[in-house]
Amino acid sequence: MNVKACLAALMLAGPASAQGFAGLGTEARDFAVPDPEAALRFPEDHFPHPDYRIEWWYLTANLEAPDGTRYGVQWTLFRSARSPGTAPGWEAEQLWMGHAALTSAEAHRVDERLGRGGTGQAGVERPFAAYIDDWAFASIAPEGADPFSAARLTARGDDFAYDLALRAEGPLVLQGQEGYSVKSPAGQASYYYSQPFYRVEGALSLPGGEVAVTGRAWLDREWSSQPLSENQTGWDWFSLHFADGAKLMGFGLRERDGGHFTSATWIAPDGRPTHYGDGALRLTPLETAEVAGREVPVRWRLELPARGLEVTTEPLNEQAWMGTLFPYWEGPVTVSGSHAGEGYLEMTGYGAE
Amino acid sequence: MTRAGLSALFAHWRRHPLQLAALLLGLALATALWSGVQAINAEARASYDRAAETLGQGALDRLVSDRGLGMAEFTELRRAGYRVTPLVEGRLEVGGRRLSIRGIDPLTAPPGLGTLAIAGDEEALDGLLSEAGLLLVAPETARALSGAEGLPPLRSSANIAQGEAVTDVVTAQRLLGVETLTALVLAPEQPFGLPPLREATEFAYVEGQSGGDLTRLTESFHLNLTAFGLLSFAVGLFIVQSAIGLAFEQRRQTFRTLRALGMPLARLIWLLAGELTGLALVAGTAGIALGYVIAAALLPGVAGTLRGLYGADVSGQLTFDPLWAVSALAIALAGAGLAGAQALWRVARMPLLAPAQPRAWAMASARTLKAQGALAGLLLLTSAGLALFGQGLVLAFACLAALLIGAALALPPLLIAALRALRPLARGPVTEWLLADARQQVPALSLALMALLLALSANIGVGTMVGSFRTTFTGWLDQRLAAELYLTARTPEEAREIRAFAAPQSDAILPIWSVETQIKGQPTQVFGVADHATYRENWPLLSAAPGVWDRLAAGEGLLINEQLWRREGLALGDPIRVTKGLSLPVAGVYSDYGNPAGQLMVGARTLDAAFPGRPRLRFALRLPPEEAPALAREIRDRFGLPAGNLVNQAEVKALSLRVFEQTFLVTGALNALTLGVAGFAILTSLLTLSTLRLPQLAPIWALGVRPQRLGALEVARTLLLAALTWVLAVPVGLALAWVLLAIVNVEAFGWRLPMRLFPADWLWLGLAALGAAALACLWPVIRLTRLPPNRLLRVFANER
Repeated sequence: MNVKACLAALMLAGPASAQGFAGLGTEARDFAVPDPEAALRFPEDHFPHPDYRIEWWYLTANLEAPDGTRYGVQWTLFRSARSPGTAPGWEAEQLWMGHAALTSAEAHRVDERLGRGGTGQAGVERPFAAYIDDWAFASIAPEGADPFSAARLTARGDDFAYDLALRAEGPLVLQGQEGYSVKSPAGQASYYYSQPFYRVEGALSLPGGEVAVTGRAWLDREWSSQPLSENQTGWDWFSLHFADGAKLMGFGLRERDGGHFTSATWIAPDGRPTHYGDGALRLTPLETAEVAGREVPVRWRLELPARGLEVTTEPLNEQAWMGTLFPYWEGPVTVSGSHAGEGYLEMTGYGAE
Repeated sequence: MTRAGLSALFAHWRRHPLQLAALLLGLALATALWSGVQAINAEARASYDRAAETLGQGALDRLVSDRGLGMAEFTELRRAGYRVTPLVEGRLEVGGRRLSIRGIDPLTAPPGLGTLAIAGDEEALDGLLSEAGLLLVAPETARALSGAEGLPPLRSSANIAQGEAVTDVVTAQRLLGVETLTALVLAPEQPFGLPPLREATEFAYVEGQSGGDLTRLTESFHLNLTAFGLLSFAVGLFIVQSAIGLAFEQRRQTFRTLRALGMPLARLIWLLAGELTGLALVAGTAGIALGYVIAAALLPGVAGTLRGLYGADVSGQLTFDPLWAVSALAIALAGAGLAGAQALWRVARMPLLAPAQPRAWAMASARTLKAQGALAGLLLLTSAGLALFGQGLVLAFACLAALLIGAALALPPLLIAALRALRPLARGPVTEWLLADARQQVPALSLALMALLLALSANIGVGTMVGSFRTTFTGWLDQRLAAELYLTARTPEEAREIRAFAAPQSDAILPIWSVETQIKGQPTQVFGVADHATYRENWPLLSAAPGVWDRLAAGEGLLINEQLWRREGLALGDPIRVTKGLSLPVAGVYSDYGNPAGQLMVGARTLDAAFPGRPRLRFALRLPPEEAPALAREIRDRFGLPAGNLVNQAEVKALSLRVFEQTFLVTGALNALTLGVAGFAILTSLLTLSTLRLPQLAPIWALGVRPQRLGALEVARTLLLAALTWVLAVPVGLALAWVLLAIVNVEAFGWRLPMRLFPADWLWLGLAALGAAALACLWPVIRLTRLPPNRLLRVFANER
């Protein structure tokens, strides 16, 4: 559940739009490229990597009200660089984009913000706070602790707001090969790590009033300069919490020739990751729904034979469409089958008919 | 049977190609004028929508500050959760053209701030944010600016109004040489759960103007155009009516023969209706093409007018809309139907065995004339009533319509009365015959003469209005722009430096501080003026309390413009609340042509006290006029001031007059066209009559009057009728001008112009009318003089 859609959609749309938003389609040559040998270092890597073209701080939360009503919350800050380095003031070398969503079975509320770096409207500050406007993912960890171990998450849209406290109950998890996540047979890759162990407590503000909620959240951090290959059309990305405390990150990158490049990380309850490369995870769409004028697969079967996993996912709200600048589907799901649980699903690259 | 019927009907047109041409041309002209005007209106409205989108920031609320707003204020409000976006606005002089620059932040700009031009155009977004920057402009502007130096790359967008450029806030600041923002614009929807920004900020909160302003303002202009279009259509229908009437009269024998051969009446009617429809379709199609040409030719003038009067930018480029073409065709069909209905009805009622003789079809009985006169009187009374008691623009136009139709209907009875009155002046039998014959011709020529009357009075009315406007406007400009140089500095520091530099070379430096505020719920500009002879001696006051300038200087009164005065129904002495702490009585009213909004003037010191810390950027310099160009050049060179920031009043006047000249270009062109159509109507009517009148001319010829003499008499008669029509058109035109100036103008613009008379123009118009009439009768007369004697003799042979 991660690497995000809108930028991806843009990059996948071919050369015409590749010039587009933030100049992402230009070649990576001026930008740094992930190195499989380089080890991630914390807390430094929590902060922006302006030498890489794109980067995100991506949070999703499965929440429940005292009356049992279920909610999902998304908070994402994307950074994209027009050229390496950050220029001060109005100059727009670094662009920032925030997405926030609050999903219930009845409604999917979305807001989107854009801003340029340097003005102070958006960015990442020390001690750790990633923000755009008054939305923030800000550390509240005591000094000396990992800044991501405790944080406050806030956002506000036209018809919703939320203010959540996040407390990590497990370690950071490196995805792929020690944080080097391969995205295509051609070797495109990104740096990728997660904090999937958040416990959440907080409040949602809705037009009907405040709702106290508790639940679980998952943070993905990823940065790269060319995470996708040209023949990939989109992806289906899962981040799942199972009842026994284990977790699964799995994605399938859809290729133009119909192939599927998959990758998965099985995360034991203690945070120990096991990486599974292309082909180990099998993703099968079971049912599509018409969402925003297009057919989107909203029920899925996931099979990871190495772990005896065979589950199906059901969306909380199948119309969880992010009608943002670069639209995609992102919403909470429940898991049943060999393992029960909940999580988030993101699907990109499903064009209008 | 149907085929035989059709060929019989068509044979008529084969034998009378000229009649066919008149019918087709009349209908085509009517359709062309009507649809041309519609096309212009549609194009202008589409331009307003584009302008409303690009100018949309006017509709959005904004924050401004006298200290200037910058990035820090932007960031502070964004971090507090408010959706604000920076805006930098200014004007740039590029290659002699003024370019309005709007700098936005494409990342935070809400829809309506120029974002439509960027949406879906990723290259544009990329360019805007690039180091070189990018100017998004209308295609016309791009063409005009191509080759201009010192500008970022240009990119065309159909969603930007002409003369505007949308760019990134950084680029705008660089081009305009400013470091601050003009305003922080608020997105219409603010996030959930925040206190209203109006209460949460110390900055001045300016409410957006409703987006319909431009549409409302220009509505009167379009009503004007539409009225002209309808007038032209009506005039065109006169032609069609006479051509159709003639064709039906001449074919009476054919109809009778067809009926006698057994063709059912219904089928005959259907055939005729089909024939009419076919002709209408052909003429309508030609009319659409012609209308498109007319619209394309007039549109640049209309664009100039709208820009001059309202600051509305309208593309000079016409786009083809199929819906428009269909509606134009429909109006051609409807017009032909209207003109042909009477003729069809007469055929339907024609007794089968009645003698199939051409009757003087248009000859009206005395009773008809009386009824027509009564109706005319009723309409004229209605018009007068509306003028006295009507309110609103629509009623003002209803008053115009009643006046024109009433006058047209009154024309035949009045002409007959006038000819009767001339009778005692007649010397000799020929003159007497001429007058009697003219009287007898009036009913037959009445439609054409009505068209002439309408064209002439519209010409006089609009000409009087334009002339009055022009005279008043030039005088007003002289008063209003009394100072020699007008200067706008870019920063307060620069303003101070320029003032220090110019002081030794000037007689006076007059500040022109202004603030935007709300008066009576309307956005209003408040000017602070210095106490100086420039104002005391020149300012155009419509009414004033005694010692008005002393009261202004002492902070004991204020001036309002005529628009505010009329709109709010204010009187001298009425208090106006300028700010919470400042309320002043109205000490005078000044005329402020060309400005649709309200305006106030207070003493400069009063303004300073009420709005402390305003940036003082504008001022006027008084100095001997001959030294003005040199000083202007010096200031420009020394301070690198853009040309648009330093204006020589002589140039302003020339510019304003140029705008003005363009302003009524369109009505002028339409006037000429209607006069042309009226002349054509006379021609067709005379052609219609030329064969019908042989029985009346033959006896005169037989009495010894030679054809050449007859021809000269024909010309004299036509000229006499045209001259009489012109005489009647003068008062009608003046009434029209009065309604336009005193009613329509006040309703549409908020100001009233004094009416001036231009008798020389009427004289010229009279000559033009006589010329048109002479031209129109030329051909029928030539035909008459070349008539072989046996045609005239045959009149006596075919004793009817």
